[in-house]
Amino acid sequence: MSTLSVDTPKSHAHAKAEEKRGLSTAAKRRLPLLPALIFVIAVTQLPFLLTVFYSFQSWNLVRPGSRHFVGLDNYIDVFSDATFLVALLNTVVLTVVCVLVALLLGLGLAILLDRKFFGRGVVRTLLITPFLILPAAGALLWKTTMFDPTYGLLHFVFGTDLDWLSEFPLAAVMAQIVWQWTPFMMLLILAGLQSQSKEVLEAASVDGAGRWRTFVSITLPHLSRFLQLATLLGAIYIVNSFDAIFLMTQGGPGTASTNLPYYIYQRAFEGFDVGQSSAMGVIVVILTMIVATFALRLMFRTFSVSGGVK
Amino acid sequence: MRKLLTLFAATSLLATGCAGAGSVGTGGSTLVIAIVANPQMKDAISLAPEFEKATGINLKFVSLPENQARAKITASTATEGGEFDVVMISNYEAPQWAANGWLENLEPHMAATPGYDEGDFIPSIKTSLSYQNQMYAVPFYGESSFLAYRKDLFEKAGLTMPAKPTWQQIADFAAKLDDKADGVAGICLRGKPGWGESLAPFTTVANTFGAQWFDKDWNAKLTSPEFKEAANFYVNLIRDHGEVGASSAGFSECGTRYTQGNAAMWYDATVMAGTNEDPSSSKIVGKSGYAPAPVVKTQASGWLYTWALGIPKVAKDKDAAWKFMAWMTDKAYVQKVGQTYGWNRVPPGVRQSTYTIPDYAKAAAAYAKPTLDGIADANQQKVMANPVPYPGIQFVGIPEFQDLGTRVSQQLSAAIAGRESVDDALKQSQDYAQTVGDSYKAVQ
Repeated sequence: MSTLSVDTPKSHAHAKAEEKRGLSTAAKRRLPLLPALIFVIAVTQLPFLLTVFYSFQSWNLVRPGSRHFVGLDNYIDVFSDATFLVALLNTVVLTVVCVLVALLLGLGLAILLDRKFFGRGVVRTLLITPFLILPAAGALLWKTTMFDPTYGLLHFVFGTDLDWLSEFPLAAVMAQIVWQWTPFMMLLILAGLQSQSKEVLEAASVDGAGRWRTFVSITLPHLSRFLQLATLLGAIYIVNSFDAIFLMTQGGPGTASTNLPYYIYQRAFEGFDVGQSSAMGVIVVILTMIVATFALRLMFRTFSVSGGVK
Repeated sequence: MRKLLTLFAATSLLATGCAGAGSVGTGGSTLVIAIVANPQMKDAISLAPEFEKATGINLKFVSLPENQARAKITASTATEGGEFDVVMISNYEAPQWAANGWLENLEPHMAATPGYDEGDFIPSIKTSLSYQNQMYAVPFYGESSFLAYRKDLFEKAGLTMPAKPTWQQIADFAAKLDDKADGVAGICLRGKPGWGESLAPFTTVANTFGAQWFDKDWNAKLTSPEFKEAANFYVNLIRDHGEVGASSAGFSECGTRYTQGNAAMWYDATVMAGTNEDPSSSKIVGKSGYAPAPVVKTQASGWLYTWALGIPKVAKDKDAAWKFMAWMTDKAYVQKVGQTYGWNRVPPGVRQSTYTIPDYAKAAAAYAKPTLDGIADANQQKVMANPVPYPGIQFVGIPEFQDLGTRVSQQLSAAIAGRESVDDALKQSQDYAQTVGDSYKAVQ
């Protein structure tokens, strides 16, 4: 390589030494982390790359010899599949509704728990319980003890033998998920409420602000980052809901309560269609990335704003 | 994604876990058996310690409900994962998997086992588990479908069940016996999605109405007039005089309703009789009559199904595996169950010799003959109006049917729940079926 640089030999050598030293310290720092990095790549990225690779093939497990390369056919099929679009819509509805309802309920309960009263510890423990129960056990509880048309609590209270799970399948699943995630939202918001400075609240009441005014102008802006965090974490978990649907409705009746994770499971483990289900998996990852990036950006932007919500 | 990962991790774990187990010979080896958690299988699991004591072979059962068991067993066998030494499969899988070379041929094993007597198996069951006249799975129990009805309720309503009822007669009976005030449904029929759930009884109804899934050139026929008529009949019968919560009721849910006295009739698998007549699980012992599967245009309409045991090609200790299978499917086992748990709990519909045991004939007087007749009549010539290009009666014997059937059954249960019209459900199903049919046209 012909060099056009006008470096003096001295400075050149100096730079080289600098580079060498820099490299070695950086390497020294990073070397111990390498096993962990390799492990993370092996268990997360390699399977994903395999999934991408499978998604370009037509491969049905139960038809040996059916495996061949089909390019983007799987992706075209997925987007022209009515059921996939239904599942996508259900996923969006389920996530948005569950997060919002759980957030509002959590906010209400947190405000109630923020005051001192006799037996607060017991009440708090009872309210947190749904979050500690195994999701599978919670789903079965709701299926049998609440919704069952013959033996369920709702039948006992309302006296109808309405079959909730086939009349309102998605709503029933959402009720279970809200029940499970409200305590989580409540805990986060309660942490936010208890970090409010008492002086500011006192100052507000000295200035003659009523309860509502204090809540809207002082508490809510203070809570906004807690609310955002709760929304983001809740959404990440609820998008992946599987147990409730699998155990309560099996995605039915028809595909009325099928969401994307459940639909992919069906295509992979009941249809044994490796290509199709891989393509769906890849699409879901891409969609999630887009939504998550958007949501994170929104969050960071509001974090940097000091004014809060007006 | 996460699911694939866990599958991957589980397979590798299982593979390493089993690697240490398959020692040479049969002394002290461990067999892993994937089994469906139905009542007769549970009896086998509780009797298994006797086999372990006698042979020194350790057994580890992985017992799951039908749908989950099938998914796990199929995935393991198709990927040749080798987690299981013995798998429970049905007459849907056995011929296909044998053709794919995934299963061990059992003829040499049977020949080498004195007193096993494979000639004793009921011929239609034996054929359904064979590929090129070789058996690749041995049946544990076999079934057809028939109609259970409450004799006392019929008498009260002044009705008599004909020897060979038609579906129209059954619909009329259901209308007369439907008693909302008393909480007794006219009839219980499966509506729970799944190709082995609601589609099994529904397809037998379609067959006898003269409908078919595919004509012999692989054209899907789900929107034909016959199929529409059958689907409308089935859906309307459930909606008008069926059980509550029908769109999520399967074999076990209907079983609960019928044995608790909440249904006057129940059209389903013949194995239900064992539970119906078992005092520990049923409130209506001795009150049921059993009629052959109702018909419309054909002579018979019962299905043919059997749960059987096979050995995956990749299993390590095939001799020990066969020893266990032989123990679970021979004549001595029938005697053991009869003497230990009572004759109603004997696995039915497999061995002709079972039906000559006096104790069994007495205990099963109400349903032994209808069961045997149903299984004997279960062949495509008797239950279908037109020739079809696939094996199977209540299912289409092609690999894609698990997926296709599940999708169609989802449409069916949506129609039963009243969320969509029967015509729309069938139109959507026809598209699914035609896609599958086209892939077979290309082959021909």
